[in-house]
Amino acid sequence: MRRIAIILVLGLAFAGSARAVQPDEILPDAKLEQRARGISGGLRCLVCQNQSIDESDAPLARDLRILVRERLTAGDSDAGVRDFVVARYGDFVLLRPPFNIRTLLLWAAPFLILLTGLGFIWRRGRRMTTSVGVVAPLSEDENRRVDRLMQDDRG
Amino acid sequence: MIVEIGHFALALALGVAVVQSLVPLWGVSRQDRALASVGSMAAVTCFLLVALSFGALVVSYVRSDFSVENVASNSHSTQPLIYKLTSVWGNHEGSMLLWVLILTLFGAMVALSRRSLPARLRAGTLAAQGLVTVAFLAFTLLTSNPFRRLVPAPAEGQDLNPILQDLGLAIHPPLLYVGYVGFSITYAFAVAALIDGRIDAVWARAVRPWTLLAWVFLTLGIAMGSYWAYYELGWGGWWFWDPVENASLMPWLAGTALIHSTVVMEKRDSLKVWTILLAILTFSLSLLGTFIVRSGVLTSVHSFASDPQRGLFILGILIFFVGGSLALFAWRAPLLRQGGLFAPVSREGALVVNNVFIATSCATVFIGTLYPLVLEMVTGDKISVGPPFFNATFVPVLVPLLLVLPLGQSLAWKRGDLLGAAQRNAAAFGFAVIVALATVAVTQGGPVIAPLGIGLGVFLVTGAIMDLGERIVARASGWPAILSRARGLPRSAWGTAFAHAGVGLSVIGIAAAAWSTEAIGELKPGERLTSGRYTIVLESVTPRNGPNFRAEVARFQLFSGNRELAPVEAAKRVYVARAMPTTEAGIRTDWLSQAYIGLGDTQPNGAVAVRLYDKPLILLIWLGAIVMAFGGALSLTDRRFRLAAPRRATPSPVAAQPAE
Repeated sequence: MRRIAIILVLGLAFAGSARAVQPDEILPDAKLEQRARGISGGLRCLVCQNQSIDESDAPLARDLRILVRERLTAGDSDAGVRDFVVARYGDFVLLRPPFNIRTLLLWAAPFLILLTGLGFIWRRGRRMTTSVGVVAPLSEDENRRVDRLMQDDRG
Repeated sequence: MIVEIGHFALALALGVAVVQSLVPLWGVSRQDRALASVGSMAAVTCFLLVALSFGALVVSYVRSDFSVENVASNSHSTQPLIYKLTSVWGNHEGSMLLWVLILTLFGAMVALSRRSLPARLRAGTLAAQGLVTVAFLAFTLLTSNPFRRLVPAPAEGQDLNPILQDLGLAIHPPLLYVGYVGFSITYAFAVAALIDGRIDAVWARAVRPWTLLAWVFLTLGIAMGSYWAYYELGWGGWWFWDPVENASLMPWLAGTALIHSTVVMEKRDSLKVWTILLAILTFSLSLLGTFIVRSGVLTSVHSFASDPQRGLFILGILIFFVGGSLALFAWRAPLLRQGGLFAPVSREGALVVNNVFIATSCATVFIGTLYPLVLEMVTGDKISVGPPFFNATFVPVLVPLLLVLPLGQSLAWKRGDLLGAAQRNAAAFGFAVIVALATVAVTQGGPVIAPLGIGLGVFLVTGAIMDLGERIVARASGWPAILSRARGLPRSAWGTAFAHAGVGLSVIGIAAAAWSTEAIGELKPGERLTSGRYTIVLESVTPRNGPNFRAEVARFQLFSGNRELAPVEAAKRVYVARAMPTTEAGIRTDWLSQAYIGLGDTQPNGAVAVRLYDKPLILLIWLGAIVMAFGGALSLTDRRFRLAAPRRATPSPVAAQPAE
């Protein structure tokens, strides 16, 4: 179901050829280019949704890729480039949501849920240990009662 | 004429489904056997009617009957026959009909299964299943009727979307649907048990094969979809954390947890409340997935069915079935009695831990997928939750679970010995460490975490093999004894080992992606491009036409080091009817690795833009999934769960085969 869907739209939105990063965009400095790829992988293509600009064929994505490379060539740090893009397009452009008050729940939830679950089974485990009583050996008195019962049974 | 018969059969099926959803329950409450057994008859009839209807649509596609609106907008007379067939579900209306077909197929299978089910349970299950069928038949008939006629009929159709004209995609939706929809039976069983108020090991044993069946297909469906994305989208990615992908991953995770929790329930008559909840949630997540895809509510590349009427209808269905079953759960679950006990350190305890971690990972995907939507509704802020988020949360939750998996699998039932389990796995662990260290020595670059991932995968695979060895070899002397023990080992034990080893294989494949390399270049004939171990030389670019497309095919010589492999072709196609281009990646499989060539635009100077990837061990990702599914299928043939023949000592040929 999901795939069908992907395609229907992908097909309409961009015509499918593998154009993402084009040869003419690539910076001569390999290190700088690598940083550019890293940054573009985390920036969302705004017109195509759910693709990074690094993967997208949309013209806007190309513009952004070139922008990222221009800023890098101008000497910006990775964070500087990201801030520059966010200042223009807002947090929406970041594929990794920033950690702030609005996303606190988002980031914390997985770990809270895990802790809750583990806490739950820890409590359950303790309850079970005590109720199964597997660890406590029989007392002298109980042993004698067992013997007596066994003999009763045979008799 | 046949189109009208199909339409009529569909409407009739709705009527029969109403009977199926009401009469059995009435019969149960009146203690009337005849009335209660109406459910089985209705379920089978309903399936036959929907099958007739589906058949009618297939016939109209094969005949290219463009007087049917659905055919006209999604088919073309020049399409090869296979794609005329797959066009049936390559669109919203047809895929809903397939959804309903599978739904009723499962209903009929429950009705006909020869397993001895308690009559009340069978009646309740069929009724619940009938209710789901009613909802989706009504949805199909009222909002997504595939049989609508077009007057005047156009002379030619608009063609199936070219990206869908692909064999991988042809079989992806049916696999996925069998998975999604298969969980409806588990759901129906849960609802029936809640109504009946009796949930025990019999219930768990009755449900387990259905869960396994759905899970096997969902596993294959997801893997197929992932592989398709890999070769068709042209940049070599295989998982994008797209909402629609997440929509299929969530029921898979919940289903995986369910498979494990029903084991505890079956063995120890424990974890009842949780298992029932999980059964409800798994199908609820399938419904949620359907809603996400069909309504286009999430900003996604998939929003093709963004028809508000349809979205609202499915939202209604979602609220009714999720809300209704959860209300029933809240009302009846407290009546369930706690079952048998087990020590925290035991196989049961390990399965509980498994459930906590898998449920958390599922919740993580759920929150990550829906959070942007909720935030935007509440505050109006727009954020994106993309792959970096899931990699930072989902992976850390799942990795600890995989690390202790081999330990859990070798713990004894009821009360286990952690130290003993650790000792039994020491060899596997040591081997994994050695492999991880060797990986560090052999490879250059890549993140630190990648060799650890390889080690983890190796630990899972060897752990699974050693566990089998422990059960077979350690307690037998001599080959005949080993063979007889191997044969005597329950199929479910083999299934477990295969499934867990499959997880390990996938983990290795995913970790190895860290060493994949990419090169982008412009090539003229005779020029070469190198990426990782592979070098390509462009031989020629030639036009070549297909039945309904024009193509430009680039042919490359491929070298791995100095060794020449068979040449590879990558192509760009333009489908004539929609004037839409697609790319066909050139892929050469080199043992478990692949060389991957994506073709870009022709540059003004006549050179072709080409991307070459070296994808080491990438096939393991999907191979692992196939091994997992095979494990599930093996488990399904276990004597305890056999759907058809409850007691037969020889392996039955009827038993489910792994569908590849």
